[in-house]
Amino acid sequence: MACIEARGLRKEFGTTIALDGIDLCVEEGRILGLIGPNGAGKTTALNTILGLLPYQGQLQVLGRDPWTQRNQLMRDVSFIADVAVLPRWIKVWQVLDYVAGVHPRFDRAKAESFLAKTSIGPTRKVRELSKGMVTQLHLALVMAIDARLLVLDEPTLGLDILYRKQFYDSLLNDYFDRCRTVIVTTHQVEEIQNVITDLMFINRGRIVLSCSMDEIESRFLEVMVHPDHLAIARALKPIHERQLLGRSVLTFDGIDRQQAAELGDGRTPGIADLFVAVIEAQGASR
Amino acid sequence: MSTQSNVVSESSLGSQGAAVAAIPVTRLMYWSIRRELWENRAIYVATVAVAAVFLFGFSIGTVLWLAGIHSVPWLDPTQPESLRKPYEFAEDLIMAAALIVAMFYSVDALYAERRDRSILFWKSLPVSDLTVVLSKASIPIVILPLLAFAIAVVTQWMMLLISSAALLISGRSVSALWSQLSIFEMWLMLFFHFLCIHGLWQSPIYAWLLLVSGWARRAPILWAVLPPLAIGFGEKVAFNTTHFGSLIGNRFTGGSEGAAIMEQGRAMGPSTILTPAHFLINPGLWISLAFTVAFLAAAIRIRRYRGPI
Repeated sequence: MACIEARGLRKEFGTTIALDGIDLCVEEGRILGLIGPNGAGKTTALNTILGLLPYQGQLQVLGRDPWTQRNQLMRDVSFIADVAVLPRWIKVWQVLDYVAGVHPRFDRAKAESFLAKTSIGPTRKVRELSKGMVTQLHLALVMAIDARLLVLDEPTLGLDILYRKQFYDSLLNDYFDRCRTVIVTTHQVEEIQNVITDLMFINRGRIVLSCSMDEIESRFLEVMVHPDHLAIARALKPIHERQLLGRSVLTFDGIDRQQAAELGDGRTPGIADLFVAVIEAQGASR
Repeated sequence: MSTQSNVVSESSLGSQGAAVAAIPVTRLMYWSIRRELWENRAIYVATVAVAAVFLFGFSIGTVLWLAGIHSVPWLDPTQPESLRKPYEFAEDLIMAAALIVAMFYSVDALYAERRDRSILFWKSLPVSDLTVVLSKASIPIVILPLLAFAIAVVTQWMMLLISSAALLISGRSVSALWSQLSIFEMWLMLFFHFLCIHGLWQSPIYAWLLLVSGWARRAPILWAVLPPLAIGFGEKVAFNTTHFGSLIGNRFTGGSEGAAIMEQGRAMGPSTILTPAHFLINPGLWISLAFTVAFLAAAIRIRRYRGPI
């Protein structure tokens, strides 16, 4: 069953087009990485999915219209927005009490056991916690909610490497199972490389690439071309070319592997390189 | 701390697709109101502090009277008409404190959550805008009047004890004080006043402030105060009338009807005011309530569209 299904999803703010007719389908049980430059429409897309913004076009999340059926939807969806949003005045025990009071799918014991592994005491106020600890607290709350869709918008923004690593480890080991769906956006693309199952690039309100991580391996190839073969390689229509250590690195979409091996050393591009290749290629074609 | 055991935890095992019973509205309301009280401790701290300061002053006055340094009229048996004065003064003071606290609360309630971006956290939970706005509206309209009533009762009770103790120490009789004061009737009236005037009659003020606090991108106090002020003055220069001004003013004072009821009650005892018909057939009350409903409906709708600022 599709967790999220959108057809011609559009959103305008005045004269600015934030989402320019997006079609997308996210199956249940996937971890989707939504990558895009600043102002690409990532947060707008997530906000329409979360029912925080009205939109044009068709959108179904877990079989519901997120704008008109938001209250029911939020029992099955949880999210961490791109900024520290836990109220600064609240104490840890208060936020646990409150979420336990209002959320039918919240498992308080689970949140407490997660917090027990941290140094966050129940009587601490959010304003007294470090940025990393606030994220840990928010993650503890969200992971204790038995949601079917979890949306993470820049969840590790401003955290140091240790917290970021821990965040995704917890997410994968303690939270994710095949029945849940996770959408995550981040600028730290390398750290989700091994976490996500699906990848989506978004730029200027449009989806420019959408495929599974398995597909990426079979489709894309980055070849460090021997100078002698450069002309031949360029004739094969690479989507991107860059210089690395004095050599040309060409990125191909759907090239014959044997043919590529004759040109130079090939490997599957990292998400960051692929992102640059696809976005720049799109910019060039305009 | 944790009063609520989590009854749904067992359902988290393999509950994919399984319908989880929705949380009853009353429970959502209960937790939303508790949340408000956690955040806004001034609601009770300020009101209690005002009462405490008053009580302290009252005690000092009584001690000075005992020491013979000065006389106080309400302990003088030759002036029975002044017996009630400090009790009415305590009521007025606590009412004024409740009014001020309620107004400051209301004008900030839907603004603060957008300013500190916590609205994104509240909106990530299955609590509707309706529940949130109604729980916030219930603080000035229901919770604070009841709280202020309780504080006033405790304050007056302690005043009565202090006065009685002083009278007994000085070897006088307390019977005049107790019989003249008729404290239970006084409390009944006070309860009626808090419920009807603070709760119902003033409700459009709080609803308006909530609406502005949910709508304004900045300076909600200015937006709440300036437009009514401008309309009032505009009416004055245009038609040389003050209908709008008195309409607003009446919400604060309880209106001429409300004030008359209160004065009558104080003068004649509770039988007069406890005929609710007097109050309920008053068109001013129903106009008030209509405005309250309209403002709150608008506030609920606006919160739906609002994000952090």
